[in-house]
Amino acid sequence: MHRFANPNRFLRLSRPVIPWAAAVTVACVAIGLYLGLFRAPPDYQQGESVRIMYVHVPSAWMALFCYVSMALAAAVGLIWKHPLADLAAKATAPVGACFTFLALVTGSLWGKPMWGTWWAWDARMTSVLVLFFLYLGYMALNNAFDDPQRGARASAILALVGVVNVPIIKFSVDWWYSLHQPASVIKAGGPSIHPSMLWPLLFMAVGFTSYYLWVVLIRVRGEIIAGKIRAIRLRQVHGAAA
Amino acid sequence: MKRKHKRLTFVAVAMLLLAGATALVLTAFEENIVFFYSPTDLLAKQPAADRRLRVGGLVEEGSIAKADGGAVVTFRVTDLDNTVPVTFRGILPDLFREGQGVVAEGRLVDGTFRADEVLAKHDENYMPPEVAEALKASGKWQHMKDAMEDSGQMPEADAR
Repeated sequence: MHRFANPNRFLRLSRPVIPWAAAVTVACVAIGLYLGLFRAPPDYQQGESVRIMYVHVPSAWMALFCYVSMALAAAVGLIWKHPLADLAAKATAPVGACFTFLALVTGSLWGKPMWGTWWAWDARMTSVLVLFFLYLGYMALNNAFDDPQRGARASAILALVGVVNVPIIKFSVDWWYSLHQPASVIKAGGPSIHPSMLWPLLFMAVGFTSYYLWVVLIRVRGEIIAGKIRAIRLRQVHGAAA
Repeated sequence: MKRKHKRLTFVAVAMLLLAGATALVLTAFEENIVFFYSPTDLLAKQPAADRRLRVGGLVEEGSIAKADGGAVVTFRVTDLDNTVPVTFRGILPDLFREGQGVVAEGRLVDGTFRADEVLAKHDENYMPPEVAEALKASGKWQHMKDAMEDSGQMPEADAR
C-alpha cells in the first residue's frame, strides 16, 4: 500500500485510467438510459413512473458506497497518516453528497405519484437525509481549519462517527415498519425485479461507479497539484524574507 | 506498541462503543422510529382519541366502499390477524387498491380510524404487466402479503 501512497507515483499511474473511466461512464450511462427510458417495459403497478428507479436506485447505492469509501480513506489517513488517503476522503465527499442529493430528489419525484406524498419522515428517508447532512458537515469541517492536516483529522473523526448511519440506512426498511419498500436486487432468494428491468439498472450502476472513479481521480490529482503549488509559494515567501 | 497501532486500537474501540450505544438508543426509541402501527399494535395500545398516529397494513379485499356521493371512502386495514375500519375524505393515491399496502394517518375514534391522509405502500416486486398477468394465470402469483411477511414488513400470520 505504501507504494501507491507516493503522490508522484499516483499522478503517473492515475493519468491513463482517467480517459478509460470516462469512456466506461459515458457508454454505460448511455446504454442504461436508452434501455431504461425506451426499451424497458412499464411496471405492472407503477406504469411509466418506474423509470425514475433507473436513476434513483444507483444514486442511492452510490451515496452509501461513497460514504463507506470516504470513511475508509479517512480511517487510513487518521491511523496510518497517509497523506493520499486524506486527499481521497476529501475528494469523495462532494461526489457522495451529489449522489445523495440525486437520490433524495428522484425519490421525492417518485413518491408523489406512487405514495401520494413528496416526503415522509420514515426511517429510510430520514436516515438518508442525515447522510446528506453528514457529507455537508464533513466538507464544512474539512475546510474550517487553516492547516489542512488539522481539518483532515477533525473531519475524519466525523466521517467515522457517521459510519453508524450506514447499516441504519441499509436495514431501516427491515428493522422497522417504514413507507419505503425493502430491497429488490440484493436480497435472499434472488432479485424480485424482472430481468428486462434489472439490466438497465445494472448498466446505470456500473456507469455511476466508473463516474465516481473518474471524478475522484481528477479531484485527488487536483488536490496533489494544489498542495505542490502551496509548497512552492511558501518557499518563495520564506526565500524572499530571508 | 507503536503509535499507529495505538491509534488503530483507539479507533476500533471507539467504533465498537459507538455501535453499541447506537444499538441501545435505536432499541429504546423503536416505538418512535416505526412509521406506522399495525392493526394489532393499535388494538393493543388503545390510544387516546386526540392522538395522531398512523396505521398500516393491507387494504382488505372487498372492503372498499364509497359514501356521501363518493367523497368519503371507507375500507378496512388488515395485518391478517386484526383489522381496523378506516374512513377517509379526500383523493386516494394511484396505487391504492385492494390487497395492496397502505398507510393511513389520523385518529382512532370509537374503534374507527378517521384518516386525513392516505399513502399507498409499494412492494419490492418490479415486473412488466404481461409477466404479472402470466404469473396470475399460472397460479404462481406471489401476493404482496407473502412478500411483506418474508421481508419482515408485516408479522407472519401464523407466527402468533
